[in-house]
Order: sequence, then structure tokens, then C-alpha cells
Amino acid sequence: MKNKVVQCVTELKDIFKDNQVILAGGFGLSGSPLTVIDLMAETDVKGLHIVSNNLGDHGIGLHKLFIQGQIEKAIGSFFTMNREAVVAWSEGKLEIDLIPQGTLAEALRCGGAGIGGFYTKTAVGTELAKGKEEREIDGERYIFEKAIKGDVAIIRAKTADRLGNLTYHTTARNFNPMMATAASVVIAEVDEILEVGELDPEVIVTPHVYVDYIVQTKYTKVGESYVKA
Amino acid sequence: MSKLDVRAVIAKRIAQELEEGQVVNLGIGIPTLVTSFMEGKEVYLQSENGLLGMGPPPTEDQVDADLISAGKESITISSGASFFDSADSFAMIRGGHIDVAVLGILQVNTMGEIANWAVPGQPILGVGGAMDLVVGAKKVIGAATLFTKDGEPKVVKDLSYPTSGIRQIELLVTEYAVFAFENGEVIVKEIIGDLSFEELQERLSIPLRNEAISLINM
Repeated sequence: MKNKVVQCVTELKDIFKDNQVILAGGFGLSGSPLTVIDLMAETDVKGLHIVSNNLGDHGIGLHKLFIQGQIEKAIGSFFTMNREAVVAWSEGKLEIDLIPQGTLAEALRCGGAGIGGFYTKTAVGTELAKGKEEREIDGERYIFEKAIKGDVAIIRAKTADRLGNLTYHTTARNFNPMMATAASVVIAEVDEILEVGELDPEVIVTPHVYVDYIVQTKYTKVGESYVKA
Repeated sequence: MSKLDVRAVIAKRIAQELEEGQVVNLGIGIPTLVTSFMEGKEVYLQSENGLLGMGPPPTEDQVDADLISAGKESITISSGASFFDSADSFAMIRGGHIDVAVLGILQVNTMGEIANWAVPGQPILGVGGAMDLVVGAKKVIGAATLFTKDGEPKVVKDLSYPTSGIRQIELLVTEYAVFAFENGEVIVKEIIGDLSFEELQERLSIPLRNEAISLINM
């Protein structure tokens, strides 16, 4: 059995390289792989294209990579809360590709499923449809959206077994299961690592085939915050 | 009326539109207040970040940082709730499985097309699930005060804010009246504030059709 569990997150350092497309799970900070992001922040990797719903929060998570100038482009659905990101965008220091949240989720699902793209009614006739192919299906207007794939996916789950089977916790699931399928290398940050056979097959959401590395989180939840132990 | 009262009036009226057992997605702002006026009627709240069966805000010891609404507020779950990933969540939304989406709006035109995600002259950097809900929900109810802070009507001939999609919404609920939209015509279905149909007609610079059954001031 391949050992996917890394003892220390720093063992994963060499995975990250300049100009990679990184798929980062999370909605707000819920389901965000904060320990792996901290590792990325310790490297001098730059020019990253980050695919994530948003860019972390106030110096935590992806916001850290942004502050350090490691992100060249952000692809996601909601960046308005990141005031500095908005400023950087208007100064031309950050590229942003804004995608409706459902399109982002579906594009990742397609990316992982070997599907090149899909037609959707979402955003038809809006500014976000500019430059996109349009066609009529059964009398309704649709636009074409391309699948999204990444070089590395960094995801957050609740429990892993040593094979890499994953379960999630409440709304921290969000984009993580699709991202786990849509990148060449997949790193799962988890609360708990179990022996093979200890997870009920009925509750596994991400089967082990998708997962390359498993690392224990260094964060715990304190009230509404995530705190580094 | 104070700003808070106005918002409550709108939310209360919207609550009356919801039916027992419906699956409902509530947007940020006035729509989230709707839950306070359900008077025992049970609906199932969908949160697009992956939950069907959202419950009330948590007590201090119930707080779990992982469990949040689409507005990133701490929440609880109700009995019978389920969790799913974002692709499943938007399949639910885009696939037409949500009975009602209640969305805050910035503007609506006479075709019932809404603008609710961006402001002209400001960077367009957030859309979230707004456009998905606009195309996917079986019924869309818009929630808004009828006028902006500067007194400009939000029901307009042509949108000056970026459109959220080409779908015609079913209903707009404001503190003065409930509006419906039909082939480019704006219909006053009900008057709930202290402006008469004639006064509404005067303040909104678009033609209105009067279908208000009761003109009693509330």
C-alpha cells in the first residue's frame, strides 16, 4: 500500500512551483485547507492561478498568499469582501476571472470527469457572458462554459483513512469533492487519520483514487474562528 | 417608518407568499428576515454552499465555524437536513428543484428583469450564486425598498445597473406595493403602503396597470 500520509506538511513543499493552477477548496474559511496554505506562504512560489470561490479572509488562508504577492490570477465567484484584492485588481496587479458560483462548481466537476465543458442558462445576456459561445437548445438560450482543471488541488476534509478515502463535515464540504477530482496532484488536509477499514464505506464522499497526499491539520475551531494550534 | 420597520414590512409580506413545504433559498439582506414572519408555516431553506434544511442562528455553545450560511453567518440545521457539495447544490438550483428564490434587488425593469449583483462605476468582482438562482428557481420573488436613498425608483424602464439575467421574475415586494410583470407591463397587485395607485404612478416614471384588490392602508 502506498503511504499517502505525510508526517510533516513541509514534506509537500516541492510540489508547489511557479505559475501553477491551484484548486483551493473552501467557502469563506469553511472547508479551507489552512495548514497547506500556510506552507505555500512559506515558499517563494509565485505567479499562481488560484481557483477558489473567494480569497480567504483577513490574513488567513488564501488572503495570505495574496498579501504576499504570490497570486497572479484569481478565478472564483466572490471577491468583493477582499477589499485589498479589489484595489489590486483596479491597479492591474491582480487578474480576476469572475464566474457564477454554480458555473464554477460545474466546471470543476466536468474537469474531473473528463468532460470538456457544458452549456448553461446562467449568465446568459449578462456581462459575464461576454465572449462566450451561445446556442439555443429547445428554444432557450445557453452559453458554453469550459471545464476547469488544476495542477494541484488543496482540499479540506474531516476524516481520511490511510488509503485516502475522505469524509467531510457539514458545509465545509462545498467545493472540495469536485476539486479532489480535477487536479494532477491532490493534497487533503484532515482532522483525523484512521486505519483502512475504519471508515464506513457508506459515508465516504471522496474515494481514495483521487487523493495523493494526506496531512493532519494544525488548526482547531474556536467559536467562529480557526486557530492554529 | 424607520428603515428597520420598512424591511420588516417587506419581509412579512414575502412570508405570506411562501407555502407550507416549499424549498426556499433566501438571499442576503431583507430576504433573510423572512424567517421571522413564518408564523408556524414550515419551509425547507436551501443554502447554496451545500445545505438543505437551514435552522436558526446558533446559541454560543452551538457555534461551529464549519457550519455557515451562504452569507457566511453561523447557522444551525433543522431536523431532516442534508449536506452536499457545491456541484450538487447548484444542480438543485439550476435544475429547477428550488420552489422559490427570494432575492434582494437593486433594480427591476418593466420586463421583470433584475439587477442584483453589481453597481455601475464600481469594480465587478462578486457574483456568487445570484445568476444561478435567477435562472434556476421555479419562482423568483424580488425584495427591495421601492426607492433608493436618493429617491430614485428601483422599478425602471431600462436597467442602468448590470443585469443578472434575462429571466422575468414573478413578483417584486416593496414597502408600498406588490408588483408583477407581464409582457413588458408592470402590474400593481396590491398596495401595502401609504401611497395610492395614482401616487405610485406619479413617482414611478413608467406605465402601471392597477390590479390592486384592496386599497386599504395598512
